[in-house]
This record gives sequence, structure tokens and C-alpha cells, in this order.
Amino acid sequence: MALDRWIALVLLGICLAYGYAAWFTMDGNLAPFMRRNPIWPSTFPKVLSILGIIVSLVILLGLEKSEVKLADIDYRRLGDYHLGQALLLLGLMVAYALLLRPAGFLFSTSAFLILGSFILGERKWHVMLPIALIATFFVWYLVQQVLGIYMRPLPGFIGG
Amino acid sequence: MLEGLLIGLQTALSIQNLLMVIAGCLIGTFIGMLPGLGPMSIIAIMIPVAISMGDPSAALILLAGVYYGAIFGGSTSSILLNAPGVAGTVASSFDGYPMARQGKAGKALTIAAIASFAGGTIGALLLMVFAPALSSVALLFHSAEYFALMVVGLSAIAAFAGTGQVAKALIMTVLGLIMATVGEGALFNMPRFTMGIMDLQSGFGFITLAMAMFALPEALFLVLKPKDLKGDGDGEIKELRITGQEARAIAPVVGRQSLQGFFIGVLPGAGATIASFLGYAVERNIAPKKEQEEFGKGSIKGLAAPETANNAACTGSFVPLLTLGIPGSGTTAILLGALIALNVTPGPRLMVDDPQIFWAVIMSMFIGNLVLLILNLPLIPYIAKVLAIPRNYLIPFILFFTLMGAYIGQNNATELLLLVGFGVCATALKFADYPLAPLLIGFILGGMLEDNFSRSMQLYDGVSFIWERPMTLGLLVIAAILIVLPSHRARRARARQEGVAEGD
Repeated sequence: MALDRWIALVLLGICLAYGYAAWFTMDGNLAPFMRRNPIWPSTFPKVLSILGIIVSLVILLGLEKSEVKLADIDYRRLGDYHLGQALLLLGLMVAYALLLRPAGFLFSTSAFLILGSFILGERKWHVMLPIALIATFFVWYLVQQVLGIYMRPLPGFIGG
Repeated sequence: MLEGLLIGLQTALSIQNLLMVIAGCLIGTFIGMLPGLGPMSIIAIMIPVAISMGDPSAALILLAGVYYGAIFGGSTSSILLNAPGVAGTVASSFDGYPMARQGKAGKALTIAAIASFAGGTIGALLLMVFAPALSSVALLFHSAEYFALMVVGLSAIAAFAGTGQVAKALIMTVLGLIMATVGEGALFNMPRFTMGIMDLQSGFGFITLAMAMFALPEALFLVLKPKDLKGDGDGEIKELRITGQEARAIAPVVGRQSLQGFFIGVLPGAGATIASFLGYAVERNIAPKKEQEEFGKGSIKGLAAPETANNAACTGSFVPLLTLGIPGSGTTAILLGALIALNVTPGPRLMVDDPQIFWAVIMSMFIGNLVLLILNLPLIPYIAKVLAIPRNYLIPFILFFTLMGAYIGQNNATELLLLVGFGVCATALKFADYPLAPLLIGFILGGMLEDNFSRSMQLYDGVSFIWERPMTLGLLVIAAILIVLPSHRARRARARQEGVAEGD
């Protein structure tokens, strides 16, 4: 089975779970006066779940003939590409998300930019460091001072 | 009207106001390039500055300049980086980004600038002529028609998709609609499908989803399979100019989309997003068969259509604001707040009581568009240089800006984890050749679609509005045709290929 039909199977599962919630569990704690309404919070989701189930079945069963196109990247040979770099960058993004608050904007952002270029194979530290630091400070200044959106600049324990 | 025009010109052409327009356009363009800050947030940020000036004409002129600048700035990031920061420029990335990949970034930006200019200017002309009459037409559109109009917009996406892709485009649309139902709806005041997670209470963020669907998979693809970002070019931005042939090709598109975009923009709630998607879909469907295949691969028509339409629609959205005092979009709602703070009440009396404000705003639209064009055309080579940045630096920065865009909007670190999660899912979908744009379009329109559906259900106590309102029925029939037509056409084409005689 090709990847697109596996995905259709997953989507069918999502639609079934969504439909189950809409049809059977959502209306349980609906206030009695709301029950007189022609429209309930679950009405629209009910329609969507049916549509979703029908269309994902159409893909899953291959009812619509489609031509096989050569995508930009062939997922069957994922190992041939720079998969490691991509996974490392994704991990770096997760780390950034978790560290942004506790470690402060300035530290986590400059670390993110430096490590990002490092993962991609950049080794010119004398270019990397100044660019990352200047960009970090510039964005922080723009967002915090000019636009007035609060970003904690420094780690909490230094009092940022 | 001539007298009004002269008053407007006199006000708008004073040195102070000219400086205001220029400043507004520049600020708007530069901040608009950052994904995550759309026109709405930039105008909101600029309001304190505008109010403290005290002069309502100057304030409005400044804000209008910011508005136009922000929309143009948003187009640059969707064209160059496939990172649309504003819903209205999502459609511009469909063809703008492929163009940039082919080394035609300069040309794409030039087309965007010129199409925006034309859309905005023609829109302002239409605004001048039709404003009073249009306000009464806009009131004829009820929630049932809005619902039907959005269904048409969503089914037009099925027409976006190529042969054999209709079901995939539809499932992505439905998935987008499903994601839009997560969180607390405006009409029901109860959280839905949040699975008890507090951070989902307000639903998924638009920017988060936009970044996860477009920018992140694109960046990951660039990491997986390194290729030259500059395309075939050698870093030089060549082909800045549009040839006469190309100008002739996009001229009718610009003309049609200025009109269509403007009239869609007049409808409260519809706005630039729907105008740009519908504009793209309409132009794709009426293009000759050969050009149709180019759409999505860097067609100049496919870029000019949404760019013209969204600017014309922005101008159109001023109609209900200035004539009825009803803001048609989030941005005009903020402008309304600014006007009231300046002691001006928009509405039917505005043209009579404060003609100089009304006309100054219209004149400043012309001037704003002109200034934007003059400022941006020389800047384009420099803006397009973004793509000449070495990949090792550019990719971390793209990733950082997607993260920042998602973070600034919500100030919530969970949003960043969602971004990464959705980004991985989107990459998998992209591997399997699922179109991602329909998902985002479904998500953007989902909330409005459900609200209008619910409102009509309540007004008519059931679904009877579908057959009781002819306009609704008509629009829904169009939507059904749009879905059935492509697969019917494909079937016929296949039958012909196999040498089977057609049934009819």
C-alpha cells in the first residue's frame, strides 16, 4: 500500500474518533435550554465527520484514479537524503520551544542560530557568532522595545 | 464630487501628510515582512502613534499607508520564503514561490508590486464612484449567503487540484474545517475537542498552522535535498523587468481581479482572504488549457490574480466602514476604533459632516499606492537578495522566523511544540502528494463558515434557508458543480483515451 493510502487510513481514524466525539459524547452535558435550538455545538462537527469519512474512504479504496507523479523527494529512499540533519534541526526546534521561557530569549535564540548553522555544516565561527548575536539582539530590540511585546531576555535566575 | 476630490487632494498633498504616507508605507512594508505580524497587529501597534497626532486626516492617512505597506510586505515573505504571514497572501505563494525558485524572484516581486498597485488604485476609483450605492447592496447579503459564498470558495479548491487529486484536496479541506472547530466557538461558549488541554482552549493559531503547512516543510525539504536556492541564477537577480508579452498576459487578469476583488471586499466579513483565493481559482479555471498546467508552477497570471484581488478587496473593505460605520474585517474594525478615538464617527453622515476626511482618505489611497510602487520597485533587487544568503545561514533563520511568528502571536511556548508537530505531519503529507493549501484555507474559513451556518439555522429554525433563499441555493449549486466537474472531465478524458465511445 502506498504512503498516500496509509495516510488516508490515519485520516479515516481521525475522522472516526472526531465523529464519535461529535455524535455520542459531546451532547451529554448540553444545557436543557440549548437542546431546543435548531443548531447544537455538535451539528457542524457531525456534518464534517461524515464528509471526512466518505472522502477518506474514497482515497483508501482508490476509487479516484490518479496518476503516479514523481515527487520532489522520493520517500521510499529517505535514507539517501540528509535525514540526520533534518531530524537534528527538528530536535533543535523542540529544545528551543522548551528553553525559550526558562533560559531567556537572548541565550536560546543565539544558541539556536549558531547550532542550526553548525548542524548544516558551517564551521566558520568568526562569521557565525557575530551574525547570530547581532540578529538575536536586533530581533529582541525590535520586538521588545519597538513593538512592546514582552520577551524575557535573560535566564530567570539572573533576574531577566 | 469634483469639489470633494479637490478638498481631498489639498489635504492629502500637504507636506505633513505626504510624509505620513511615506512613513506608513515603509513601516508597514518592513514589519509586514516578519511573519506573524499581519496588517491587523501592525495597525494596532501604530494606533497610539496615530491618535497622539490629533489630526484625524493625518492619522487615517498614516494608518492607510501602514495597511497597504503591510500587505505588500506580507507578499514578499510568501514569495521569497513560502512563509505567508497573512491569510490574504497565502494564495500569492502558490505561484510566487515557484517563480522565486526558478530564479525569477525579482520578476515575481515586480509583478506583485504592480498588481498590488493596480488593484489598489482601481479599487480606490471604484470606491469613489460606488461607495454610497454599494453599502445598500452589501446589506442584502445575509448569513445564509455568506455561508454559501464560503462553500463556493472551498469547493473552488477542488478545482485547484489537478486530475486525480480532487479527493485529496477535499479531505485536506475537511481536515482544515475540523481543526477550526477545536477550541471555544463564538456562538456556543463551550470548549470543543480540546481533550481537556488548556492550551487548546483558544484553538490552533493561524500563524502556527500557516508556518507549519508552508514554511517548515519547505525548509525541511531544503535540508533533505540541498539545491541551489537561487535556482538557475548565479546570485544575480536577473529578469527584473516584465516583457511586453507578459504585461499583455496579465493585464486582463488584473482588470478582472480588481473588479471581483473589490466587490468581494465590500461584503463585510469576506475580505482579502476570500478574494485572493477566489481570484486565483477563477483565473485558473478560465485560463486556456495550456496555461492552466502552469498554475502552481510559477505562472505569472497565478501570481497577479491574488495580488490584485487582495489589494482591491482591502480597498473595498473601506466601503462599509466609511459609509455604514460597519467594519467588514478585523483590520477595519481596528481602524474604526482609531477613528472613534479621534472623535470622528464613520457612517452615512461622514460624507456630509466631514467631507475632507472622507476624501482625504480616498486620495491617500491613491497616493499610498503610488508611493508604495515608487519606494518598492528600486528596493526589489535588494529584497530579493535574501535568497542569495548562503543556505547554512538562511535555513536556521527561516526556522527561527517561523518559531518567532508562532510565538509572538500567542506568547505561548506550547504553540512552538504544536508548530513542530504539525510541521512534521505536513512534511509527511507532502511526501504523499497531498495538497497542503486546502487545509489552511479550510482552517481560515472554517470559523466564519460555521458561524454563518449556525446563524442561518437559528434564523430559519432549520435548514430551510437553503431552498427559501434563491441566492443561497444558486451559490450552493455552483459549489456542487465545481466539485463534480473536474472528476467528470477526468473520467471523460480517460474514456476517450481508452478509445471507449462516450455515452452521450
